[in-house]
Amino acid sequence: MNTSLNWIKAMVPGLDVTDQEFRDAMTLSGTKVEGYTKFDKNLDKIVVGQIESVEKHPDADKLVVCQVNVGNETVQIVTGAPNIPVGSSGQKVPVVLDGGRVAGGHDGGALPEDGIKIKKGKLRGVESFGMMCSIEELGSSREFYPDAAEDGIYILGDDAVVGSSAVEYLGLNDTVFEYEITNNRVDCYSVIGIAREAAATFRKPFQPPVVTETGNSENVNDYVKVEVEAEDLCTRYTARLVKNIKLAPSPKWMQRRLASAGIRPINNIVDITNYVMEEYGQPMHAYDYDTIAGGRIVVRRAADGEKFVTLDGQERELDSSMLMICDGEKAVGLAGIMGGENSKITDDVKTMLFEAATFDGTSIRKSTKKLGLRTDASGKFEKGLDPENAMAAMNRACQLIEELGAGEVVGGAVDVYPNKKERVRVAFEPERINSLLGTDISTEEMLGYFKMLELEYDEAANELIIPTFRQDLLRTADIAEEVARFFGYDNIPTTLPSGASTMGKISFKQSIEDVAGEIAQFCGFSQAMTYSFESPKVFDKLKLAKYSEFRKTVVISNPLGEDFSIMRTLPLNGMLNSLSTNYNRRNKAVKLYELAKVYLPAEGSELPDERVQFTLGFYGDGDFFTMKGVVEEFLEKIGMTEKPQYDPESGKEYLHPGRQANIIYGDTVIGYIGEVHPDVTDTYGIGERTYIAVIDLLAVTQMASFDRKYKGIAKFPAVTRDISMVMPKSVLVGTVEKVIEKRGGKLLESYNLFDIYEGAQIKEGYKSVAYTISFRANDRTLEDKDIQPVMEKILKDLSDMGIELRS
Amino acid sequence: MMKERLQEIREKALVQINSTDSLDKLNEIRVAFLGKKGELTEVLKGMKDVDPKDRPVVGQIVNETRQAIEEVLENAKKELSAKLREVQLKSEVIDVTLPAKKNNVGHSHPNTVALEEVKKIFIGMGYEVVEGPEVEYDYYNFEALNIPANHPAKDEQDTFYINDKVVLRTQTSPVQVREMEKGKLPIRMIAPGRVFRADEVDATHSPCFHQIEGMVIDEGITFADLKGTLAEFARELFGPETKVKFRSHHFPFTEPSAEMDVTCFKCGGKGCRMCKGEGWIEILGCGMIHPHVFEMSGIDQNKYTGFAFGIGLERIALLKYEIDDMRLLYENDVRFLKQF
Repeated sequence: MNTSLNWIKAMVPGLDVTDQEFRDAMTLSGTKVEGYTKFDKNLDKIVVGQIESVEKHPDADKLVVCQVNVGNETVQIVTGAPNIPVGSSGQKVPVVLDGGRVAGGHDGGALPEDGIKIKKGKLRGVESFGMMCSIEELGSSREFYPDAAEDGIYILGDDAVVGSSAVEYLGLNDTVFEYEITNNRVDCYSVIGIAREAAATFRKPFQPPVVTETGNSENVNDYVKVEVEAEDLCTRYTARLVKNIKLAPSPKWMQRRLASAGIRPINNIVDITNYVMEEYGQPMHAYDYDTIAGGRIVVRRAADGEKFVTLDGQERELDSSMLMICDGEKAVGLAGIMGGENSKITDDVKTMLFEAATFDGTSIRKSTKKLGLRTDASGKFEKGLDPENAMAAMNRACQLIEELGAGEVVGGAVDVYPNKKERVRVAFEPERINSLLGTDISTEEMLGYFKMLELEYDEAANELIIPTFRQDLLRTADIAEEVARFFGYDNIPTTLPSGASTMGKISFKQSIEDVAGEIAQFCGFSQAMTYSFESPKVFDKLKLAKYSEFRKTVVISNPLGEDFSIMRTLPLNGMLNSLSTNYNRRNKAVKLYELAKVYLPAEGSELPDERVQFTLGFYGDGDFFTMKGVVEEFLEKIGMTEKPQYDPESGKEYLHPGRQANIIYGDTVIGYIGEVHPDVTDTYGIGERTYIAVIDLLAVTQMASFDRKYKGIAKFPAVTRDISMVMPKSVLVGTVEKVIEKRGGKLLESYNLFDIYEGAQIKEGYKSVAYTISFRANDRTLEDKDIQPVMEKILKDLSDMGIELRS
Repeated sequence: MMKERLQEIREKALVQINSTDSLDKLNEIRVAFLGKKGELTEVLKGMKDVDPKDRPVVGQIVNETRQAIEEVLENAKKELSAKLREVQLKSEVIDVTLPAKKNNVGHSHPNTVALEEVKKIFIGMGYEVVEGPEVEYDYYNFEALNIPANHPAKDEQDTFYINDKVVLRTQTSPVQVREMEKGKLPIRMIAPGRVFRADEVDATHSPCFHQIEGMVIDEGITFADLKGTLAEFARELFGPETKVKFRSHHFPFTEPSAEMDVTCFKCGGKGCRMCKGEGWIEILGCGMIHPHVFEMSGIDQNKYTGFAFGIGLERIALLKYEIDDMRLLYENDVRFLKQF
C-alpha cells in the first residue's frame, strides 16, 4: 500500500510533521512504513515562469533565446526545446533558476541520486540564466502527467501563478510512503484507513470525505435487476447507473493524486474508479450498460469447464468454486478479479453500470491462484472487505461523477445485502487490559483512544461497539492492543516475570548431542549443516539396492524442485556433498560432522520417525581406525564403556565391501562405520579415500549415562603375558579378543594388540598377530601359579579354533 | 705418624677435588678416598697398630678428616652441578617464535555458536529447552495457533506440504502448543529447531533454516514482563549498551503483538551499512499469547496469561558475525567453519 502524505493531510488537516517523524510514529503505532520517496528531493528553485519573447539564436539553428518573466525579474534562457517556436510568447513553464536543481535529464533515463545542478552559463556564446523544464527533468513522466508535452518543455495551465513554486503547482511537493499492512488490518488498504490511523497517532482531528446525496429523479431499480444466487460467496452487491456519459480527462487535482499513488490517469470514469479504490479500499467495476442483456445481473458460481474471456483478451477456463457476474444471457465478469471483454467500457459508452460488491476473500484468493491471475482488485477482495464500505464507496464515486460532470447519475441504488453485517460488541474491561499490559492507564484515557478509532462506548452496557471496518477487534486482548498502540509500546514499563521460579535446563538427549559435538570437535571435526530434503536420485548415487527400505521416504507434495523433494532417510548425501565441495576447493584433510535428523516413514503413524544422526565424515589424514577411535571416544564419554562389537556383515551398498561394519553395543546396532565405496566417492567427485561413521543418537541415548563410580587405583602390580600366533587372514582379531575376554576370568585386566603382520616369513593367506595380556588382582601380587591355568585355557581355545601359536 | 698420614690424605684429596671438572670424577675421588678400599679406610685398618690409649684421639682425627673431605666433596658437587646446569640451559635456548604444534580441533557451526549464546541466556532465566517434530501436523503448525484453514497467513508462509494433514513446520511455534497441551504450568521454555519455507535459495533466503521459539505462561504475566525479558536478552546477547524498541505488529497467535528492534550493534545506533542507515535492526517477533490459542490448548485464560516470541537463528548469526551470504551456512567449507 502506497499513499502520499498530501492525500493523508487532506483528511488530517492539522498534520504538520516531517517525513521522518511521520514514518517513525506510524511505524511504532503499527502501520509499518517500509520506506518513502520524496518527489521534490532534488527539485530546487523551480518557479512558474512566463515566456515574454522567443528569438532565434544568432549562432545555432536548433537553439532559441527566450526572455522569461519569473515573477520578480525577467531572465534570459537559451533552450533547444522543439515546442518553443521563435516568435511565440505567453506560455507558462516551469523554470529552474541559476543555482537550482532538477531531478533528471530530458531523456527520462535513470534519475541521478543527487539530481542535476543548474548554473548560469553560455550556450554557443549567448548567456542563459536557468532552464525551462520538461516533465522528465522534474523526475516524472507523461505517463502520470499526460498533459505534458511529448518532447519539450512542460507548458503549464493558465491558472499557474508566475513566480510561484512550479513544484507545488504540479503537486510534486509530496512524499509517497510505502506501508507494510498486516493482514488483520484490511481497513488500512485505503487512504481513509491510513489517515484514520495517522489522525489517532498524532492526536489530530480526522476529516474523511463528506459524501452527499446524488442522482436524478429516476430509480435505478427500473433499469437493473440483481440476483445473487451464491450468497455464500457474495456478501453484498450494490449497483448504480450513470447515463449520458461524457468521457474526458479527469481534472488535474485527481490526476495528481493518482500519480502520487503510482496510478496512470486515463479518463474521468476510469480515474474515478481508481480514485475511490485508493480512497475507500473498495474496488469497483464499470460495465457498459448497453451490453448487459435484459438489464439483469446474476451472481452465480461458474460451471465446471466454463470458458470466459477476461478484458485482457485471455480466455480462461473456470470451475464451480469460482464466482461469476452474469447478465440475463452470458457471463460479463469474473467476480472480484477481472471484468469481461464483452462488457468493457469503450470510448463509445453511453450508459454505465457501476458495481461495488464484496466477496468471500478465501474464494477470491483460491480463484486467483487457480487462474494465475491476480489484479489490484483481487488483491483487495482476497483480504475480505467490509460490506458496509461498499455502499459508501459507491456513493462517493457517484458524487465524483457529478462533481466532474462525467455523466448523469440515476437516482437510488440496487443493494443486495442479505446478511447485514452487525457491529460487534466487546465488553470493556479496563482492569483486565491493564493487568495484561502491566500498566495503570485510566479509563478516561482508554476511552479517548477509542474515540479516535471510532469505537463507540455504550456506557450502560459497559461495552465497546466496534465499527464494521475493524474486523480484527473481537475480544479484550484485541482492545488491549489498541490501548497499547496509542498509549505507546515505549511507555509500557519493563519488568521481569515474578511468580514461581522454574529450573532452566536441557534434556538428557540434548546433553548427549552436546557431548557428540564436543568429542567430534576435539577429534578435529567441524560442524556441518545440510538440508533436510534432497533428490530421490540420491539413492542411485549411493548405489542403494532397488528394494532398500531407505528408498521409502516422506515426499513433499509441492517441492521447490526435484532436488528438494524428499525428506532424507540417510544423512550421507549432505555429508558427501559437503566433503565434495571442500575437495573441489582444494581444502586438504577435511573432517566434518553433522547432528541432524533423518525422517523414516513410520508404520501406523502420520508423522515419520525423526531420528537425530551423529554423522562423521573425512578424507585425508587418517583411516578406518581413526574413525573407529572417534566413535569409541564418544561412546566412552557418554558412559558406554563396554567394548562395542563390529560386524563386517553390515551390507551397506555405499561403503567399501571389505571395509565396513555395523557398530553393535550390547545387542543393539547403534550405527555403522566404513570407507565410502570408491564408486560413490567417484560419483561425488572426491578424489581421496573417504570415511564415514553414523551413530543413531536416539539409540545411544537410551544406553548412555553420565553416572560415574570411582574404582580404586590398583595397589598391586600387574603381570603380563605375551602371546603370538599365526592365523588365516579371514579370521578376525575380534574372535581372538572374545576368547581372551571369555577365558581371562576375574584376573584379566586388559589386552592389547601390539603387532600384526603379513608377508615374508608368514605363509600365504595367513597373518601373524601378537597380544599382550595383562592380569591383576586388587588384593595381592599375582604369581605364576595364578596366571598359568588362565593362560592355558586361552591357548587351548585358540588352538581349538585352528590358530597356530608361536613360541 | 698416623696424623701426618691423615693430613697428607686430606691435602691430597682437596687438591684432587678442586681440580676436578666432572661429577663422575668427583665420584671416583670419593671412592678413592672414602670407599671401602679407599685410602682413608686403609688408614683405619691400621688402627689396630695404634696404641689403645691414643686410639680415641686418632679416631677423632680420622673422623674429622672424613668429614672435611666429605664437606669439600659435597660443595664441589653442588658447585659443579650448578655450573653444568647453567651450561645445559645455555645450550638449550629455542626460537620461541617457531610455529605452534596444534591439535587441530574442530569448530562449531556459526548457527550453533549463536544458539549456544541464546540458550545460555534463557537457561539462566529459568527456561527449559524443549523440542518438537519437524514434520508436523497442519493442526499444530496452523490451526492451534489461530491460523485456520484459508487464513491468508497460511499462504504467506509458503508451506511445504506432505499431504492435507501434514506439513514441514514453517515455524517453531507448534512446539508451544505441544508444551501447553502437556498441561504442566507454569511454563518457561525455548524451542530451537529447523523450519522450512518454500523460498528459493539466495543470499538472504534458504528453504531450510532455524528459529528459536520462546514462551512463558504463568499467573500475572504482562506485556511489561515480555518487554523486560526481551530487553534483558538483547543486552546479554548484543552488549549492555543495547537499546530495544517495540513496534506494534500482527501475528495470528499473539495479541497484542510486536516486533522488536535493537540498536545496531555495529554502529551503536548512529546508522551504518549494516542497519541500512536506520540505527535499528529488527530481531524478533513477539506478543501476548492469544486467548484463542489458550482455549484450544485447554489453558484457563482467566487464570493464566503468557507471552511468546520467535527469533530467526540465521538472522542472529548473519548479523552478529557479519556473514554476508546465507548460502555460506549450508556449504560447509572448512575455511568458513574454522572461523567460529
